[in-house]
Amino acid sequence: MGSYELSLVTLAAIYVMLALSLNLITGFCGQISLGHAAFFGAGAYAAALLTKSGWPLAPALVSGAVLAAAFGFVVGLASLRVRHDFLAITTMGVGFLFIGFVRKQQGLGGELGLSGIPDHGLGPWGLAALTVTLAAATAALSLHIRRVWAGQAFAAIADDEDTARALGIDVMRYKLTAFVLGTALAGLAGGLFAHFTRFIIPDAFGFTVSISILAMVIIGGIGSTWGVLAGAVILTLMPELFRFINDYKLLLYGGLLLLVMRFAPGGLAGGIAALTARLRGAT
Amino acid sequence: MTALLEVEGVGVRFGGIQALDDVSFALAEGELLGLIGPNGAGKTTMLRAITGVIRPNPGRIRLAGADITDFSTDRRARTGLALTHQIVKPLRAMTARDNVALAAGHAKTTNVLAALFAIDRTKELARADELLRLVGIENHADAMPSTLPLGALKRLEVARALALDPKVLLLDEPLAGLNHVEAARLADTIVDLNRAGMSIVLIEHNLGEVMRICPRLMVLDNGRRIAMGAAKTVMEDPFVRAAYLGREAGDAAA
Ligand SMILES: Nc1ncnc2c1ncn2[C@@H]1O[C@H](COP(=O)(O)OP(=O)(O)OP(=O)(O)O)[C@@H](O)[C@H]1O
Ligand SMILES: [Mg+2]
Repeated sequence: MGSYELSLVTLAAIYVMLALSLNLITGFCGQISLGHAAFFGAGAYAAALLTKSGWPLAPALVSGAVLAAAFGFVVGLASLRVRHDFLAITTMGVGFLFIGFVRKQQGLGGELGLSGIPDHGLGPWGLAALTVTLAAATAALSLHIRRVWAGQAFAAIADDEDTARALGIDVMRYKLTAFVLGTALAGLAGGLFAHFTRFIIPDAFGFTVSISILAMVIIGGIGSTWGVLAGAVILTLMPELFRFINDYKLLLYGGLLLLVMRFAPGGLAGGIAALTARLRGAT
Repeated sequence: MTALLEVEGVGVRFGGIQALDDVSFALAEGELLGLIGPNGAGKTTMLRAITGVIRPNPGRIRLAGADITDFSTDRRARTGLALTHQIVKPLRAMTARDNVALAAGHAKTTNVLAALFAIDRTKELARADELLRLVGIENHADAMPSTLPLGALKRLEVARALALDPKVLLLDEPLAGLNHVEAARLADTIVDLNRAGMSIVLIEHNLGEVMRICPRLMVLDNGRRIAMGAAKTVMEDPFVRAAYLGREAGDAAA
């Protein structure tokens, strides 16, 4: 594998982490977030500043995740009480606030972004191996959550909050837990991204990125770990492999979103499940 | 007889409508109390105030001696209040058995952190099967709610409420929408539950079944308690008759 392929693997793994982390919030727990990139950015900036000031990579990445989770906790506390559509708008606002804030901070490089992020020292193979391992760990965590009691509670909340409450489930705490877990993982992905590109600008964490992550979740199949993983890989690689698509990336995502909503609301995962069911039925 | 559930001076206002006005009553341990009244009398609102979906103002609610007025809905559920909805509300994404098992696992979902590690559902699934059998829909255990007829969904509501191991079971029109035979069967199930020691408040429009199974009745009309006592006495009460007849006369005129 050349360095170009390795960089594609790394980038895809980062997006897998992002999409799976949003899937914890939106897919498992039913809370639509349109500002996920802000937490990705919070982790990226925090980790980058820390390694720039001499911290080793590992504690910087962990701190980025913790900071993003703290940010997620505050946003969650303020917005999760309100109903679904409100949450979407609130998180969108948080996303814009984040960008607006970062742009004006000289300490964060303002519009020009942060450059000169130190070499992670792992080499391209090392970084790819690290991100793939962490993406796999995120997938394993997702599969685990589906199996435990908390997963059942999340599913109940995604289905009908009032009924979940009547069954003794502390809805607010569960939503907040999903939000904190999801934003922590987005922050971790951010730290990896910052050290992968070694140069970050505010726009790398803007609204279109939030929407792209959400598109991966929906196109992959909301709530399905394997579907979302596949969706993230496909949507990351397609524009990279076919350069001509790159200029039309948003057009592609938008078109796919419309197609999925119209023809396969369950996304890739739902489509495949329906197809295998039909094939089984035919034999 | 000691009072298990005490409702004291409950008032609820929705904008210009006084849905409940200074209503008090007590449910004794092991009692089956019928709550009746014309449409819009405030029966569902009373149950919602008891379960905490809406906050009474003024009013206090006590369960087994403890004041639960300031508890959230989920905490009240864990404290021992279970409700079946007038309009069935199964969790559509899971099977009938999983619906009941989730409620049976209330002790395991109480603590979020512990729930992130607890996997074993053997006991709860067994309990779910037991309850589905109790309400007579064990053959639907693996079905998704969207495929079930209303009669089964009504029973699923009851099974799920029982899975919370409640001190008090609040039933909001469990018989509505069922045919004669189904209604009588579910009413018998309710009597069996009560005989086994469950304390129950039953809202029902099916007066025939109510008279058959409830020894004591409370009547609401326009948010006020207009009668309370032995079923027979209550039904002969001129105010109660007027409330129902007046309503029917009004409907006929409309
Ligand atoms: N959420 C609400 N907002 C505004 N008004 C409400 C609300 N819920 C109930 N009401 C009103 O309060 C009154 C009591 O309603 P409630 O549902 O408690 O009656 P009910 O006795 O359960 O009637 P039914 O037998 O038709 O179920 C009605 O006038 C109703 O329109
Ligand atoms: Mg009602």
